[in-house]
Parts: sequence; structure tokens; C-alpha cells
Amino acid sequence: MGVGILVEDLNAWYGSNHTLQDINLHIPANHATALIGPSGCGKSTFVRCLNRMHETNPIARATGIVKMGEIDIYKDASPVEIRRRVGMVFQRPNPFPTMSIYDNVVSGLKLNGFRNRRILDETVERSLKSAALWEEVKDDLKKKSGASLSGGQQQRMCIARALAVDPEVLLMDEPASALDPVSTSKIEDLIFQLKSQYTIVIVTHNMQQAARVAENTGFFLNGKMVEFDSTHKIFTNPRDKRTEDYITGRFG
Amino acid sequence: MDFQTRSMRLNSARRTATNYFVSTLAVLATVVVIAPLVAILFYLIYMGASSLNLAFFTHIPAPVGEAGGGMANSIVGSGIILTLASLMGIPIGIAAGVYLAEFGQGKMLGNAIRFTADVLNGVPSIVMGISIYSLVVMQQKHFSAFAGGIALAIMMVPTITRTTEEMLATVPHAIREAALGLGVPKWRTVVSISLRTASPGIITGCMLAFARVAGETAPLLFTAFGNQFWSFHLNEPIAALPLQIFVYAISPYDEWHRLAWAGALVLIVMIMVSVTLVRIFANRGALKGES
Repeated sequence: MGVGILVEDLNAWYGSNHTLQDINLHIPANHATALIGPSGCGKSTFVRCLNRMHETNPIARATGIVKMGEIDIYKDASPVEIRRRVGMVFQRPNPFPTMSIYDNVVSGLKLNGFRNRRILDETVERSLKSAALWEEVKDDLKKKSGASLSGGQQQRMCIARALAVDPEVLLMDEPASALDPVSTSKIEDLIFQLKSQYTIVIVTHNMQQAARVAENTGFFLNGKMVEFDSTHKIFTNPRDKRTEDYITGRFG
Repeated sequence: MDFQTRSMRLNSARRTATNYFVSTLAVLATVVVIAPLVAILFYLIYMGASSLNLAFFTHIPAPVGEAGGGMANSIVGSGIILTLASLMGIPIGIAAGVYLAEFGQGKMLGNAIRFTADVLNGVPSIVMGISIYSLVVMQQKHFSAFAGGIALAIMMVPTITRTTEEMLATVPHAIREAALGLGVPKWRTVVSISLRTASPGIITGCMLAFARVAGETAPLLFTAFGNQFWSFHLNEPIAALPLQIFVYAISPYDEWHRLAWAGALVLIVMIMVSVTLVRIFANRGALKGES
């Protein structure tokens, strides 16, 4: 089951560039939350702070409190522990090219030393079914490289890979922006089903996508969160003028 | 409209011609590259094949004036020295390359290692032989297979280090992020993802380094020294194919010249066979559609 995320006074920097400023936000458990905003507004940096991937860049730094359930991820745990509980799907599909489909899906388990064959088999089937890819690949699991799949299939495999470690939160950084419309709608259907079990945070440039999949939406601009509310409210009756300008296409 | 179509057609004719011309150049260049290799191989077969017989692979060199004899001890000796060199040179070379690519970016130590490797690559092999002579042989007070292995290992390291670094740099950042994002520790990501993904290139680098030192004579002159008899001791002088070829080639005897040709043929075939075997072995686990 997913957990809620509480963010207090989160600030992040790349070198001297203050990319996130005083973000305060509560992301409810087992819901999908969309983050929208123009390029460079800090929404990717924000999700990367939620699994401490931000700090893998040597010039990056972050301060503030991020609580996942009861755990303060910057105080109570190591980055590695946090990333095992928070799955991430990236903008472009990034399968491990030397691994079979099977090994890609359970890579998070295998690379952390997990070797029980029966459980690995079950995890592969369960994760690929959750990612709506099982029927398409079940005959080639160990024969084909993960990189031999189509772009849309690769992205669903990457979702299966994130689900295989049984995370509580799933971060998706523009998961469909490199995909065609058919694959995109498959990914959206998937998000719709997954949010009953996981807390999902999805960054998107596509406002229709946000409206379709997310209960809540946050609007980012220039490193600040301008507005956070139910998706319906954001798209029909935003409080802030800047939000209204953005969603009506006046800039961005 | 008419003018436009005509100029497009002219353009297309010119492009076709250019394409044909450049393709021909590329094929010619390939022939020029391959020709010497084929020529050397055939000349070696022509000169050396007639002296190859079972005795060549089973007997040690015959005393002067006595017919027959072989290079069995040199073949085994070369195998021992090259195994020693690979056991020392490959792990050190790869480890240094991993440091440069994954940990030492922009650091003083990283730049120092990179510079040292490049300089080391340019050190003449005879200088390497003399250096190991004074560092190892003089200390031990005798020549040894071990000293020869060290000399060749040091010659292998720079090539392997730089290839490893370059091959790791071609591994997409997105793949490392994928592993880190799954909660895989950095060291494990480096070993199981970066190195694994770059392994075909790294293996090529190791093979290049191996093939290069397998034929080296100069670094062995003052270290392994050579031996006319059987020796399996790492702490004693040992025979090596390049050394034996050298000794026979500068001798005044026709019989020995023929044996030197045969030795050269065996050496080159051994290098080709070992490189091919490693390739086959390394490709065995490849999957369909692997990029």
C-alpha cells in the first residue's frame, strides 16, 4: 500500500541555481498527483528530491523535510533505502541493454542479492501483469533483450521493473512524453489502475493527461509551487492568475 | 518549377557520383589495411610451415650442430609469462579505468592517473625491460618468469585503463540512473550495470593489450631472459617464443633460421586463436536484440 508524502520547506540547488524554493505540500496516499508547469520550472527536480536522486549530481543539494509516512527521508534513512521504497519511471525508457526482459524486471531484486527462483518467477509475472505487458512478452522473457522491445513496451517494462521491488510510492517523470499516442493511452490506463495500490506522483507537460489521471494537481513556476488543489479545481476555477494563464495556454 | 526539378536532378547525379567515389575510397582503404596482415601471414606460412612438425611442439631446442629440436619450452614459457602478465595487468588496468570513469572525474588524482597512463603508453618497451631489471631482477639477484610477467603487465595497463575509461563513458547516464533509482548501491551499479554494459569494448581493449605484449621481445631480454631447457618455476629464467625467435633469427645457421620462421608463425597463430576464443566465449551469453 502507498503512503502519504508531506513536504515542508523544501529547497534545492544546482550549484548556485536555486531551482526549488520553499515547497510545502501534502501528497495523499493511494492517489495520483500531477505536477504541471513550463520546462525548467523545477517539477523534475522536485520528484528527484522525493527519492534522493537529486543528490546523485555532485553539484546538487537540498534542504527541508520530506516525510514518507513516518519516515523523514533526509534524516532517518540512507538514499539507497529510500530508493527501494520509492520507484521511479523516467522520461525515456531506460532498460538495461545487456539483460533479458526477465532480468530487467527483477533487476532491483537481483542486484540487491535476492536469488530465490520461485519468488523471482512470481514477481516477474505479477509485475508484468500490473504493467499490462505480460501477454505481449511472456514467450520471450529470457530469450529477448529488454532493449529489443518497442518504445512503449520498454516503458511499460520499466514500470514493471519499478513495481517489482514493491514500492510504496511511484514517481513518474513525464513517462509518456517519448511515446506515441497508443502507448501513451496504455500508460495512462495503467496509472489509473495502479493508483489504488501506490501513491503516484506524475510530472507531465500534457495537461489533458493530468486531467485524465490525477485527483490532485500542483502548478510549478520558476522554482515555486504556485497552486496545489484538486485537479478539477485547478482546471476549472484556479485561484491564481498565473495558473489560469498557463492552463489556458497564454504562456509556457 | 522546371528549373527547380532540373537542378534537383543535377544535384542528385552529383550526389550519386560522390557517394560512389567515397564508397570506393573506403573499400580501397580497407584493402590497404588488410593487405599487409594477409601478406605477413602468408609469408610466415610459406617460410615457416615446412619446419613445423610434432617435434617443434614437443621438443626443447637441440644443441648447436644437432638437427631437429623444437620450441616446446618457449611455447609453454610464453603461456606462463602471458598468464602472469594478464593476471596482474588486467585487474589493475580495469580497476584504474573504473576509477577514472566513475569516481575520479575532475579530481586531481584522476587527472594524474590519466596523464601517467598516457605517458606510460609511450615508454619504449626496452626501457620497460631495463626498469624492471633494476627494480625486480637486481633485487632478486636473478632473472625470472615473474619479472617478465611484471614487465608485460605494466605494458598492458595503460591500454586497458584508457579503453575501460572510454568504454564506461559510452554507457548512457540513463541506465545508471535506472539502477540507482531501484535502490542499487553505487558500487553494485558500477560492477553489474556499467561494467557489464561496457564489457564488449573492455574485452576488446584487454585483447589488444594482450596481443601487443604477446610479441614483445625487448622487455623480456633483461627479465625472463630465456632458457634453452624446460622450466616451470616462476622464480627462474624461462623461455619465451619472441626471445627464442630472436636468438634463432640472429644465429648463423640456416636450420635455426627456419625454426625462427616457424616460431613466428606459431606465435601469430597463438595470438589469433586466443583472441578469437575470448571473443566467442564473451559473446556466448548475448541475447536477441541486445544493443
